[in-house]
Amino acid sequence: MKSGSNLERVLAAGQFAVTAECGPPRGADPEKVLKKAEFVKGNVDACNVTDNQTSVVRMSSLAGCLLVRQSGTEPLLQMVVRDRNRIALQSDLLGASALGVRNLLCLSGDHQKFGDDPQAKNVFDIDSIQLIHLVKTMRDDGVFPSGEKLDGAPKFFIGCAVNPFADPFEIRVPRFKLKADAGADFVQTQCIYNMDTFTRYMEEAKKMGLHERVKILAGVTPLKSVGMAKFMNKMVAGIDIPEPVIKRLADEPKEKQAAKGIEMCIEQIQQLKEMEGIAGVHVMAIEWEEKLNEIIGGAGLLPRPVVDEGETER
Amino acid sequence: MITGTPKPIEEILEMIEPYEKIIVAGCFGCVTVCRVGGEKEVQVLASTLRLAREAGGRPLEIREVCLERQCDPEYLDPMRPYVEDYQAVLSIACGAGIQFMAEKFARTPLLPGINTGFLGVTERQGEWAERCQGCGDCVLHLTGGICPVTRCAKSLFHGPCGGSVGGICEVSRDVPCGWQLIIDRLKALDQLENYGKLKPYKGWSSARDGGPRRIIREDMI
Ligand code: SF4
Repeated sequence: MKSGSNLERVLAAGQFAVTAECGPPRGADPEKVLKKAEFVKGNVDACNVTDNQTSVVRMSSLAGCLLVRQSGTEPLLQMVVRDRNRIALQSDLLGASALGVRNLLCLSGDHQKFGDDPQAKNVFDIDSIQLIHLVKTMRDDGVFPSGEKLDGAPKFFIGCAVNPFADPFEIRVPRFKLKADAGADFVQTQCIYNMDTFTRYMEEAKKMGLHERVKILAGVTPLKSVGMAKFMNKMVAGIDIPEPVIKRLADEPKEKQAAKGIEMCIEQIQQLKEMEGIAGVHVMAIEWEEKLNEIIGGAGLLPRPVVDEGETER
Repeated sequence: MITGTPKPIEEILEMIEPYEKIIVAGCFGCVTVCRVGGEKEVQVLASTLRLAREAGGRPLEIREVCLERQCDPEYLDPMRPYVEDYQAVLSIACGAGIQFMAEKFARTPLLPGINTGFLGVTERQGEWAERCQGCGDCVLHLTGGICPVTRCAKSLFHGPCGGSVGGICEVSRDVPCGWQLIIDRLKALDQLENYGKLKPYKGWSSARDGGPRRIIREDMI
């Protein structure tokens, strides 16, 4: 075991993994996190805690992780390279590991232009792929990237994100391979709606054997309404919702669209579960955490397995 | 070249408010080429300021000069005999030129008349775009002649990020994705294999992060 995290154990035991995510609040109230975490509890193997997503200032991811763990769920720390240079990144990694956080997701982060502080200075000292390499170096070689020896190496199950729907398509799998080469253990994909594009992506990834090197968790987000679908499709860079998906929702009366969205999400998880090379799902029910139980249960993925260290094969 | 944009006239008027006798100094270098600080701009700025001050009942005496370059000592020296006859110099050269003049004329206040922009190119008449951040460690041979530090909004070394759509950067519809440009160009050059390699963390000490920089060429001293 590289980290001994629950997520790592579940995946190593060959079980279909489930993760979800919690966005920390825009304030210092711990109850907000604990309330969201209640909905997550028992439904997932680990829960991502986002790091100032869309560059909007929120409670720190590490603090959110500790609150999520306090409520009984294993946290997964998201870390972006937008706000911290390599000194701060290394230091926060050591701190997170010392506090028992075992899962990590290495990200670039949205440009600060999208948030409340577009005048902020951005850092991007290293990029997300180099962050993967940095963590792996610390974990496996017991040294800082500078070469200095660590007084206790951090333990992380190292994750990355991929977006199969960004451009240019032909570089998406090669870029995923770079993340594997840098040392990623698992990947969570951007929300998938276009299953055709995703299938093509997976074919390419499998040709390179990436599914054997990196555990692939397919990202899904239930759609609450046609409005949300159209908004995301138009406004969020790298989200691709094909017309037939939007139409299925649009064919429902307004008050039934949310239920339809959930039904479609469940269907999709079941399809993904049957796809070769998919090791789990990452369910991003954005500000809709209360539906996680219905979605994950509906997909037949409950209860979540309990895997002891001894049961895992590597 | 180094590019820049004129400061708003109100801001300049506020800066020169305490003075009655100033020099407006342009430069025949980069700022002439990008038409922000050359001889012509000196004339236009000087007359605008004179008119504005006359209208306010506080006339302003201006000496108009344009130096070959404000960033070389030999071109600053000719100003020495008269610079102290004036209360301030309003320079419309780049930030380097303005500062160099300030260093050379210790008792004269220097006022910036432009906002210095970036190291860029003239994409077409009236439009300039950034190409180089002067980071001190060029990698253009690996990236198809397109700089990831400058052209990618996040200075990524392994782009494009998930925000790249249809060749456009997530930052703005007007910004091409630098990494899409790099990949297109690597493809055209049949050098896509350069993409598949992990790049070492960039050393930023040769950039501004290492502190103010200096180049010493022993062979020229
Ligand atoms: S979209 Fe392209 S240019 Fe913009 S930040 Fe991402 S990789 Fe860089």
